[in-house]
Amino acid sequence: MGVWLMGIYVFVLAMFVGFELIRKIPPTLHTPLMSGANAISGITLIGAILVVGEGSGGWVTALGIAAVVFATINVVGGFLVTDRMLRMFRRKD
Amino acid sequence: MLLELAYILSAFLFILGLKRLGSPATAPAGNAMAAGAMLIAVVATLLDREVVSYAGIAGGLVGGALVGTVLARKVQMTAMPQLVAVFNGFGGGASALVASAELVRQAGMEPGIAAGIAAGVGILVGTVTFSGSVIAYGKLQGIVTQRPVLFPLQRVISFILFAGLVAGVILMAVGPADPRLVLAMAGAALLLGVLLVVPIGGADMPVVVSLLNSYSGLAASAAGFVLGNALLILAGALVGAAGLILTQLMCRAMNRSLANVAFGAFGGVDTTVGQDGPARTARSTTAEEAAPLLAHASRVAIIPGYGLAVAQAQHEVKKLVSNLRERDVEVYFAIHPVAGRMPGHMNVLLAEADISYDLLLDLEDANDQMPRTDVAIVVGANDVVNPEARNPASAIAGMPIVDVDRATTVIVIKRSLSTGFAGIDNPLFYKNRTMMLFADAKVAMGDLAREVREA
Repeated sequence: MGVWLMGIYVFVLAMFVGFELIRKIPPTLHTPLMSGANAISGITLIGAILVVGEGSGGWVTALGIAAVVFATINVVGGFLVTDRMLRMFRRKD
Repeated sequence: MLLELAYILSAFLFILGLKRLGSPATAPAGNAMAAGAMLIAVVATLLDREVVSYAGIAGGLVGGALVGTVLARKVQMTAMPQLVAVFNGFGGGASALVASAELVRQAGMEPGIAAGIAAGVGILVGTVTFSGSVIAYGKLQGIVTQRPVLFPLQRVISFILFAGLVAGVILMAVGPADPRLVLAMAGAALLLGVLLVVPIGGADMPVVVSLLNSYSGLAASAAGFVLGNALLILAGALVGAAGLILTQLMCRAMNRSLANVAFGAFGGVDTTVGQDGPARTARSTTAEEAAPLLAHASRVAIIPGYGLAVAQAQHEVKKLVSNLRERDVEVYFAIHPVAGRMPGHMNVLLAEADISYDLLLDLEDANDQMPRTDVAIVVGANDVVNPEARNPASAIAGMPIVDVDRATTVIVIKRSLSTGFAGIDNPLFYKNRTMMLFADAKVAMGDLAREVREA
């Protein structure tokens, strides 16, 4: 149960950190924040890599590869499009 | 050991990156930092001893990176809500696949209560995120109708599906891992995601997109619990929190509860009740007539809405702003939190047209300015400026609005007198000091910009 309890600690504390960090973000940045946060949720990519990497073959690997593709689209696309948006937010004149 | 250290560094950089996303000056660096954190985590994982087979990973990474890059580069700024929805869907789908693969791997074995629950929740939330995002994409792209889709027993079916899925999660927790159960749950969750999003109207999309964003994070956390991976749990929880805050902000901006947004089906039926009072006439105007008002004003407010995005009028708006400012007219934008189809939609659109974010005021600041404003131009917005919100009997009662009727003159640019998504008539259009400019937003803004320069 130790590992699980640890996981719950991490989850609860990270939720608090997330709330505190994001509560103060100005509305102007809500869209890039959302797409940036979304790219971070692509962290599931490392789970997908671990699943495929153990090389058990069959359905496990097939599902894992699909997960790698999905998560990579999420990560790469998410960070790039966030960057593209943020470059437009500059103080002018 | 090295892997753990890399994960800790990665977690640290994710948090710092999110923090820096909080101000326009530091946001690009914050995003780069989060991307760096992801790269560190991925490279460290690839180097891990447990990873022995690389061909499938390499193929998946290259394929995904190509698709992601093309989507991020090619999609127009006006299509940003759809794109964010699509990315949410892929993230949620990936987490569901990871949880499924792990259960299939353990087929016949007992995953245990905790791992079983985590896997079940991961499949449930991740799959709902996936199919819900696909429908949200369809609605935003205009493939699926933006009107709420309702049919008999919809809620009953959703509830039965949900109950079945909960039973599935319990089965996973207490029984041996069974691929057939995984498949059944994925199928039911796909359907549930569709049923949850189709009854929600277009104007409520900011809530849906925020909520799906949150779900994609929570699904990643669940996958983290399945694999016993703290970094997944942490990063997923950060995203889950971010999405929940945005969801809450959006609901508050409409003075509605999340349950009301999810099941209220706003705009599904015509809620215009008994408007048979005295015949009202709206005063119609033209760009030529309206332009001198603007040119000789000292302060002008612009209130944008989804119509601005549909007409792609942001660059014409920029021209109007420049021409007004050349005449020393002070211009500001009043941005309602739910204007558009996702949180911050209007801000992104105006930023694309090179309009400084200093000119963009939030609801409170804008309403402070409104009584000292000579002309308020409403472009492509409707419900967010509807004074009916102050009427306790109205369907949108209590929704905070931009008080445009406190400005000296209001110009509403709209194609017709039709109601907004809430399906409620807007008395603003019939006020004495309101002038209706019936035209496409892009054409009207272009005309106004030209007339102001020549006035």
